Amino acid sequence: MRATGPDAARGRTAPFPASNVMIQAEHLRKTYGPTAVLDDVSLELGTGQGLTLLGPNGTGKTTLLRIVATLLRPTSGLLRVAGADAVKEPEAVRGAIDMVGHGSWVYEDLSALENLRFWAVMGGHDAGQARLRAALEEVELDASADQRARTFSAGMKRRLALARVLLGRARLLLLDEPFTGLDRAGRKWLGEFLLSFKARGGALVVATHSFDAGVGVADRVAILAGGRIVLDRPAADLGLEDLRRLYDELAMGPGTAS
Amino acid sequence: MSAYARRAWMVVWKDVLAERRSKESLNALVFFALLLLFVFQFALGPERARVEAALPGLLWLGFILSGLLAFGRTFLIERENDCWEGLVLTPGDKSAIYLGKLAGNVLVMVVVEVVLVALFAVFFAIDFTPFLLGLAAVLALGTLGLASVGTLFGAVTAQMRARELLFPVLLLPAVVPVLLASVSATQTVLAGEPLAEAAAWLKLLAAADLVYLVVGVLTFEFVLEG
Repeated sequence: MRATGPDAARGRTAPFPASNVMIQAEHLRKTYGPTAVLDDVSLELGTGQGLTLLGPNGTGKTTLLRIVATLLRPTSGLLRVAGADAVKEPEAVRGAIDMVGHGSWVYEDLSALENLRFWAVMGGHDAGQARLRAALEEVELDASADQRARTFSAGMKRRLALARVLLGRARLLLLDEPFTGLDRAGRKWLGEFLLSFKARGGALVVATHSFDAGVGVADRVAILAGGRIVLDRPAADLGLEDLRRLYDELAMGPGTAS
Repeated sequence: MSAYARRAWMVVWKDVLAERRSKESLNALVFFALLLLFVFQFALGPERARVEAALPGLLWLGFILSGLLAFGRTFLIERENDCWEGLVLTPGDKSAIYLGKLAGNVLVMVVVEVVLVALFAVFFAIDFTPFLLGLAAVLALGTLGLASVGTLFGAVTAQMRARELLFPVLLLPAVVPVLLASVSATQTVLAGEPLAEAAAWLKLLAAADLVYLVVGVLTFEFVLEG
């Protein structure tokens, strides 16, 4: 992706206004019938911080992201996001967050530019042609701006989803497997973008299976297993090898080698 | 243009653009309308009196059957690539999305109705020109009623596994007042009587439209959130 710097499409370089805690979760629990998908999850994330969630499939990473995004309601527990109660004031939360989930929110019969225009207007952002094109240039989709998304590869759709994030004013980014489908240049650009986003005071939560990319953008790393956070440590305290060993012990069970 | 109107307009723009390019719904609907006409003509035979007596009912049977196909697909586009999630997370009043979807459905239905009326004219050798104004008024009110409920139930059933089954089961009983009033008003218009003769039915239609529209606007957010 372009080395023009992530701020170009955002059209600003000023830091986010300082506030205290972006996510404050206490004893979150989510059940479907008798099955607990999340169980007693508590965490706190401040502005300018990045949290990477690791864990095997089906351990609740996506569920946790969707609850923080107000797409799901927790069965019990307290959750405040950007200072607002996520259950009682979801609209306030939605004004402060953006998300790149498993789906890319891409309409297949619209071009890249048209997709961006749609989401920019729906999000109440500047939908000017120059701004949209700058965002596409940032993620190196400018050459395909007028091409229908149906012809895009999974990686290109992922880039388009990231271009959408560039248009917004989110203070908290929730990213589910954001590195999947991106080539090396794309992963590098995304890593730099996320670091720059944090440097401006934004907070981010990344759920990923990619240890190195995830840890590279994190201040803290948490491992989820069986719906519980079994480890939550500063990333600086963990080498990749330590992390892999702990992951195998805590998430995969004793005697498992990665 | 207010932010609310811009968002509603964007939904119409996006749906019309996607439909214009894919032509998935319109092609199927026009083909379906053609099939219906063949069946009707075969069932009624050449006797003029039978055709004229059955015409208002047949017209609205064609509209509602086409509507069942069109409305049921309205929100399927939002399931692709999880766009539904994006709509839920957009800030602001979600009823703008409902009104945008409703406007898109009305547009599709207008196209289908024009095609159906033209086909009826050709297949049954009926001259609609003396009744066009009155017919247009009844069609406008009836279509708004059908599309208001159809759009809402399209959203309700879009996330369900048995949506193809549930959608008509939910929709048809709900649109009975609209269908009754529309067929009766159409009968009056096609009999060459002045529109004022159908005033009671038109008032019922307008009232039903208003109720359905208000219910749709007020409840859509809950439907979208699931």
